[in-house]
Amino acid sequence: MEIFDIIGPVMVGPSSSHTAGAVRIGYVASRLLGEKVKEAEIFLYGSFLDTGKGHGTDKALVAGLLGMKPDDYKIASSLEIAERENIRIEFGESKLPEAHPNTAELILRGESGNTIDVVGESVGGGRINIAKIDGIDTNFSGECPTLIVHNLDQPGHVSEVTSMLAHKSVNIASMQLYRSHRGGRAVMVVECDQEIPQDGIDWLTHVEGVLKVTYFEGSAE
Amino acid sequence: MYSSIAEILEQSGNNKKTFWEVVMEADMESRDVSREESRQKMEQLLDVMRDADQSYEGELKSASGLSGGDGKLLEAYNQAGKNLCGYFMGKVMERAIKMGESNACMKRIVAAPTAGSCGVIPAVLLSYEEYRNVPKDELINAMYVAAGIGKVIGESASIAGASGGCQAEIGTASAMAAGALAYLQGGGSEEIANAMALALKNMLGLACDPVGGLVEVPCVKRNSHGAVNAVASAQIALAGVKSAISPDDVIDSMRRIGSEMPVSLKETGKGGLATSESAKRICECTAGGFCFGK
Ligand code: SF4
Repeated sequence: MEIFDIIGPVMVGPSSSHTAGAVRIGYVASRLLGEKVKEAEIFLYGSFLDTGKGHGTDKALVAGLLGMKPDDYKIASSLEIAERENIRIEFGESKLPEAHPNTAELILRGESGNTIDVVGESVGGGRINIAKIDGIDTNFSGECPTLIVHNLDQPGHVSEVTSMLAHKSVNIASMQLYRSHRGGRAVMVVECDQEIPQDGIDWLTHVEGVLKVTYFEGSAE
Repeated sequence: MYSSIAEILEQSGNNKKTFWEVVMEADMESRDVSREESRQKMEQLLDVMRDADQSYEGELKSASGLSGGDGKLLEAYNQAGKNLCGYFMGKVMERAIKMGESNACMKRIVAAPTAGSCGVIPAVLLSYEEYRNVPKDELINAMYVAAGIGKVIGESASIAGASGGCQAEIGTASAMAAGALAYLQGGGSEEIANAMALALKNMLGLACDPVGGLVEVPCVKRNSHGAVNAVASAQIALAGVKSAISPDDVIDSMRRIGSEMPVSLKETGKGGLATSESAKRICECTAGGFCFGK
């Protein structure tokens, strides 16, 4: 714990878990989509569902989708901004059988038709955990530079990623591997200490067997 | 580095440092930043607190309709010279409620230590600044005092209502503010520690029982009480009164009380004020107002 976890963060109220955390979930989800959001279906679970309106969780999630951070004073008017930008937003009740009490599932479609399904949990103090991407279990916070690689479940992809990072002098803080089933689709989540240069990411997107590469530089505050 | 109030006192005693220097130097060491970087960050937070204080809007209502406008009432009462507690204390009450309302109305605040308790520390610091014309550097030092106290409480007990009850949120904020004010009024490390201990002792056992699960009732008004408690505790400590229970023992008592507290009183909205008849009526008439489910 640092003293600036005690005094801070700067945020738009009223709740670090239901508002600030929700902004982060929306923000990370839109970064994972990797392009401007055109349509979003948002499903709320647990306490997000029960107290979300009063805490502005709806506005917070949409603000995050629009690229806002938890201290953006425009959060309160995010729904109007989304409407003006012709972004279609729908809210509903989550059908997840079991989840963290503060959970939102976001199904996003971007301008060029890419889609992603992200389940995010607000775990307290504004911190979040991304628990699922496209139905595959994950577990990362989005606080540090994060690389997400969707690939076919074949030998060799992990070493391609790690050698690229070594080559770019990027240190790995944590690395997680998930797959739908053997030989199916796999997801690699790599949290790094340094930012990854763009050419390294571009290179990865052209590797055979790699389906999708997403990177974002982290959103600690 | 320190992990208890006793350690801060020890380090400030032996090396002839002040309380805030111990806290600031530990921050420089742990985040590997320069003195200027550390102080700049603290200054930014102070500036955001000031902005939030000055941009209060008395007309705003929260999404649930439960909060808004009370700060304006206090302002008018204070301006009319009716507040028996005098100018300074009147302003403390007014600022604390205003900040709590701004938080409920989705305005920008500094969590200190949480969003629900964000009004306590700025209410005390900014009112003292206005009252005594304190230089900014002194205020920043006072923020370090507050942050050091909060860090010890956060690490040895809790600063979350969901795990420790409201004693952990408004209670911690009040202890932090008490120490900071004792410093601003010229108190040394011992007085800071006593002010902190006295403030926290009076908050022990406070339940977290927000109506409808929203950070509004009783949270907004508790900011004012937490701030007033901080001012009173600092005065008692500066008069030379000592807490019979050591600061670290008070913190540990808070931890034990928090863990013995039933879940119904820890931000679940299932006990205390949240299940009172009044609360049920409020929830009925605003049903759908703050919930997506029904
Ligand atoms: S009652 Fe609970 S939510 Fe409200 S300020 Fe206290 S700890 Fe925070």
